[in-house]
Amino acid sequence: MIDPIISMRGVTKVYGEGPTAFQALKGIDLDIAQGDFVAVMGPSGSGKSTTMNILGCLDVPSGGEFLFKGRHVETLDRDQRALLRRRYLGFVFQGFNLLSRTTALENVELPLLYRGEDKKTRYDLGMAALDKVGLKDWWDHTPAELSGGQQQRVAIARAIVTSPDVLLADEPTGNLDSERSVEIMQLLTDLNRNSGITVLMVTHEPDMAAFARTIVHFKDGLVERIEEGMAA
Amino acid sequence: MLGTTVILAFRAINRHKLRSFLTTLGIIIGVAAVVTMVTLGNGATAAVREQISSLGANVLQLRPGQGFGRGGGGPRPPDFKERDLTAIENQLTGVRAVAPVVQSSGTAIYEGNNWSTTVYGTTSTYSEVQQWKIADGRLFLPDEEAAGKPVCIIGNTVRTNLFQGAEPVGKRMRIKGVSCQVVGVLATRGQGGFGDQDDVVVMPIKFVQRRFTGDRDISQIMVAVDDAYDTSTVQTSLEELMRERRKIKAGDQDNFNIFDTKQISDTLTGTTTILTQIVGAVAAISLLVGGIGIMNIMLVSVTERTREIGIRLAIGAVAREVLMQFLVEAIVLSCLGGVIGLALALAASLAIAPLMQVPFLFDIKVNLIAFLFSAAIGVVFGYFPARRAAALNPIDALRHE
Ligand SMILES: Nc1ncnc2c1ncn2[C@@H]1O[C@H](COP(=O)(O)OP(=O)(O)O)[C@@H](O)[C@H]1O
Ligand SMILES: [Mg+2]
Repeated sequence: MIDPIISMRGVTKVYGEGPTAFQALKGIDLDIAQGDFVAVMGPSGSGKSTTMNILGCLDVPSGGEFLFKGRHVETLDRDQRALLRRRYLGFVFQGFNLLSRTTALENVELPLLYRGEDKKTRYDLGMAALDKVGLKDWWDHTPAELSGGQQQRVAIARAIVTSPDVLLADEPTGNLDSERSVEIMQLLTDLNRNSGITVLMVTHEPDMAAFARTIVHFKDGLVERIEEGMAA
Repeated sequence: MLGTTVILAFRAINRHKLRSFLTTLGIIIGVAAVVTMVTLGNGATAAVREQISSLGANVLQLRPGQGFGRGGGGPRPPDFKERDLTAIENQLTGVRAVAPVVQSSGTAIYEGNNWSTTVYGTTSTYSEVQQWKIADGRLFLPDEEAAGKPVCIIGNTVRTNLFQGAEPVGKRMRIKGVSCQVVGVLATRGQGGFGDQDDVVVMPIKFVQRRFTGDRDISQIMVAVDDAYDTSTVQTSLEELMRERRKIKAGDQDNFNIFDTKQISDTLTGTTTILTQIVGAVAAISLLVGGIGIMNIMLVSVTERTREIGIRLAIGAVAREVLMQFLVEAIVLSCLGGVIGLALALAASLAIAPLMQVPFLFDIKVNLIAFLFSAAIGVVFGYFPARRAAALNPIDALRHE
């Protein structure tokens, strides 16, 4: 594997302290190449989300090394990690996590606001991202006026509006029916192929994992095995 | 960066209009209360000052006896004489004008209209002392004064009640059974600190002494102090002069009193100023309570918007940006509350001032201070919730229901 964008070495994560401490990750070794489409699978409680949070620089490992673009993330402070997220990462959550009472466009523009982009740039990039997810005509609708599938597409537009290197999606289709799920997967595949975005996705469903090039199986806080996906 | 934060703040406020309104209600009421109270208070102070200055600025009133409310027993102290007047005029420095006054009350009659009023017997210098102006007609002529002729100048209240629509100058009316000719009408002076200043009939002192009081005594001497001199210094020398003239031994009490209108003015305006300050302070407490209200609702809002904060953090907001967002939101809210409060205060003051019969005085300083204070409240009470929001862990915040 050449040029891994993400590299984990012996990453552990312990929640809590003392007798109630719980080791969620027991030593993860994982390399992810730039441009890969990775599906993370495994039983509930096996540490998938914990790993995603660390990969997304939202959380730090308790032990081990985590390199993102050659940077030791475990040594960075809160704000430094925030700046990494702002520059290189996009997030899609199971529960969409859009701002309520806020239009689709304003939601999508949000990361650009934190980048200090001007109004016109925000509008142009925001509309372009909405166009990519096929919701250009829905720009002035609030989440309450959108279906679940549409909301998740707005969330994807928000995640890609800054042209991130990596898109992290924790069970992005968990709240959607199979038809909408397939649409979302096609959208992610398209972004991976045509925009060169590295996609990391947690899913329960083999149907969804089938869209990935690499499938990582988790079990009890460890990587059980890595296999090639159907899309490889 | 700040521009972004302000945009975000306005969006957040716009998204939650009702909550924002409720948040600022305390500030709105607080600012409105403070500014209205202080504005009306200042108006009241101005009104008091105005009333007192209608008594004549820097005028010393010399009367027999030991002053207000200190009657005491013993024989009535003697009135003043014409020679006292001359002595004051000639021996005292810093005097602008001196006027004698004798007072008598009685009924004025004109064509079947009756009006009970006060008759002042004095000289033309009285208008100089009191800075009274003639609205119509003229002052007494020197020969009218010297001979004590039956002429009079009437105040506006007397004019309206006695003459109603008719032109009084040149007419003859009766006062205390004596016929006299109206030669002038005084310019309106309004409600003074001591009753209606326009309810007077002014006549030559000689006439009043001869026909009404029956002696040549002077019951009051008005001494106008020259602006270049200190009133209290002149008052002291006046007291010394009168003690000497009345042969009062050292250690004995004065059998006259000197009433300083400026001192009374200062005392009364001082009282209203203190009242204004007290009422203002009470209102300021309500403003403080308003600030605590902001903090309460901002704290609730932080909890309620935990997920939103999580989203912002995940997207890459640094702690300082989240802190600024909530802080700016609190400041924008309290400033908006301040502006609305000022507008309400303006409306309330304009409405209430006429009812209280005080002038409406717009004081830019009071308004500015109240506004800055409301902004400061936003900073102070917005900081704690904002810091709490900024300290949230993004993962926990995102998971928050
Ligand atoms: N904040 C936390 N505090 C304590 N335990 C946690 C926390 N987050 C996750 N865990 C525990 O760590 C384990 C792994 O969780 P997670 O990574 O969410 O699993 P998955 O996403 O694979 O279902 C679970 O047993 C979970 O209960
Ligand atoms: Mg999970």
